[in-house]
Amino acid sequence: MATTVDGRLRHVIDPAELPGRLVPTGAKPVIRATAIEKFFGDNHVLRGCSMTVYPKETITILGRSGSGKSTFLRCLNFLEEPSAGAVAIDDVEVDAAPMRRRDRAERERIRQLRLSATMVFQEFNLFPHLSVIGNLIEAPVHVKGVDRKQATELAEKYLAKVGLSDKRDEYPARLSGGQRQRVAIARALTMEPKVLLFDEPTSALDPSLVGEVLKVMEELAHEGRTMIVVTHEMQFAREAADRVYYIEHGQFLEIGPPEQVIEHPRDERTRAFLSRFLGTAHVHQTGGAPVVHVPDPMPETHHHDDPKDEHPHGHDHPDAHPH
Amino acid sequence: MAGVTTADHASASQLGAAIQAAERRQRQRWRLAFVVVWMVILTGLVAFIFGTIKLNAVFLTKSIPYILAGVPITLFVSFVSITIAIFLAVLGALGRLSRNPIANGIASFYVSFFRGTPLLLQILFLYLALPQAGIVIPEVPTGILALGFNYGAYMTEIFRAGIQAVPSGQTEAAYSLGMGGRTTFRRIVLPQAFRIVTPAIGNDFIAMLKDSSLVSTIGVQEILYRAQVIGRPTFQSMQTLLVAAVVYWVMTILFSLLQNRLERRMAVGDRARPA
Repeated sequence: MATTVDGRLRHVIDPAELPGRLVPTGAKPVIRATAIEKFFGDNHVLRGCSMTVYPKETITILGRSGSGKSTFLRCLNFLEEPSAGAVAIDDVEVDAAPMRRRDRAERERIRQLRLSATMVFQEFNLFPHLSVIGNLIEAPVHVKGVDRKQATELAEKYLAKVGLSDKRDEYPARLSGGQRQRVAIARALTMEPKVLLFDEPTSALDPSLVGEVLKVMEELAHEGRTMIVVTHEMQFAREAADRVYYIEHGQFLEIGPPEQVIEHPRDERTRAFLSRFLGTAHVHQTGGAPVVHVPDPMPETHHHDDPKDEHPHGHDHPDAHPH
Repeated sequence: MAGVTTADHASASQLGAAIQAAERRQRQRWRLAFVVVWMVILTGLVAFIFGTIKLNAVFLTKSIPYILAGVPITLFVSFVSITIAIFLAVLGALGRLSRNPIANGIASFYVSFFRGTPLLLQILFLYLALPQAGIVIPEVPTGILALGFNYGAYMTEIFRAGIQAVPSGQTEAAYSLGMGGRTTFRRIVLPQAFRIVTPAIGNDFIAMLKDSSLVSTIGVQEILYRAQVIGRPTFQSMQTLLVAAVVYWVMTILFSLLQNRLERRMAVGDRARPA
C-alpha cells in the first residue's frame, strides 16, 4: 500500500492482511491507524506508521527510546495531534488536522474516540484529590452519566480484578507505584473501552514492583481484552502478545507474531535491537535452534503486504527514503 | 566480626534515648526564649502606652462595645468580597490562559487596570464618581464591589499560576477517559489548582480583613469607622485606634490559625505515606 504524504510517495506497512493468531477471517478491525506522520518542529518522529488491530488482539510495540513508539500510541487517541494520517476506532474516524482549529463536531468525535481507547500512562496520572474509588467512578459518572451506585459496583469489580479492593478509600499518594499503576488500569477498565492503550506502564516502577503490574496485564491479555502495549518488557511481549511491531526511526520495520519478530527477526536492525536487549544467550538459544514449533506466520503466497516485501531496502539506512 | 551483642543494642538504644531527650530540651528552650521575647516587647509596649496616655476606663467600657459591633460588618464585607474576588479570579485566570484574543484581552485589561490604580481610589471612584453618571449604589455594596474587583485582579495571577501548576498528565488522563475540556477543568484541574492556591487565598483574606478598613472612608460602619467616630469628638482617638488595632490583630491571628488547619485538611490525598 502506498500513500502520498506531503508530495512524496511513501510506502506504508499495513498489516491488515497479516492477521495474528486470534483473528478470525473477516473480523472487523477495532483500530485502524493509517499512515500516521508526526513532526515535532523539524524532527520527523513518525514516518507513515499504520496499524490495524482486531478484537481480542494484544499488540506490543517494541523499539528503542526515541524511536517514536510512545508518540505513535499517543497519536492513536489524539493526545498528540498527528501531522498526517487518520485514526479510526470502530466507526469513528478522525483525520489529522495539524494546521487548523478543529470544530465542535470534530472535537466531539475525538472525545468519542478516546472513550473507546483509554490510556494507561507511564506516570500513572491518578487524580491526587480523589480517593481510589473516586478516581475510578469519576469518568463513568461525569462523562458517561452512569448512575453513581452502578458506577461504584463496576469500579469495585475492576478493583477486585487488580487485587486492590482493600485500598478502595485510600488516596493515591498513600499507594506504592505498583498499586498506583494497578489502580490506573482499573480506572481504564471501568470505562469499559474497546481497546486499552499502555504507554510503558512499568517503566516508572521500582523493579520489584514491575511483576504485579505485568501479571494484571497478562491476565487482561489472556481474557481477550484488546490491548496495544508500548513496552520494554520482552517477556510480556513474548508471552502475551499476538503481534509485535518493531519500530525504529518512526517506521515499523518488522511486524509479526512474537515467535517471528522476537525469536527470528528478519530485519538486521530488529536483530541488533534484540541482541542488545536479550543478550547473547537468547540469540544462541533460539537463533540456532531448528524452527519446528513455529509455523511460518506469513506464508508469502498468501500475503502481498509482507513487511519484508514492502521494504526491499530494509537494510539501508532508515533515513533514506527509496522510491 | 564478633557480632552485635545485646549489650551493644542496649547501649545503642540508650544513646538514642539520650539524643532524643537532648533534642527535646533544646526545642523547649527555644520555645521558652521565643515566648519571652514576645512578652518583653508586649509589656514594653503596654507600659509605654499606659505611661503616655491616661486610659479612661469609663470611656473605654462605653467605646469598646461600640467598636466591637463593627467586627461583624468587617467580616461580612471581607467574606463577600473575597468570594467575589475568587469568582473573578477563576474567570480572569481562564481568560489569561485562553488562546482566544478577546477573552485574553479582557482579562489582561482587567488585571492591568485594577492592579495599576490604588484601591482607595477605586473605592472613592465607585462611591463618588458613579453617582455623577446616575448610578447610585449604597455604601456596603460599593465597598464590597471595589474590594472584590481589586483583589480579584491580584488573585487572577495567583489562580493562573495555580492552574498552570497542575501537571499536564492530569489533563491527559482526563482527556483519555473521554472528558471534554470543560469537565476536565471543572472536575480535575480546578480542584487541584484550588489546593495549590489555598495558602495564597488565606493570605489574601487576611490582607482583605485589614484593607476592608478603607471602606470606612465612604461611611461603612466597620471597625475603623467606629473607632474614628467615637474617638475624634472627645479627642480620645489614641485609645480607640489602639482598641481597633488590637481587634484587627486578634482577628488576623485567629484566621491564621484557621488557615493552618484548613491547609492541613486540604492536604489529604497529597500526603505521602505516614512515617
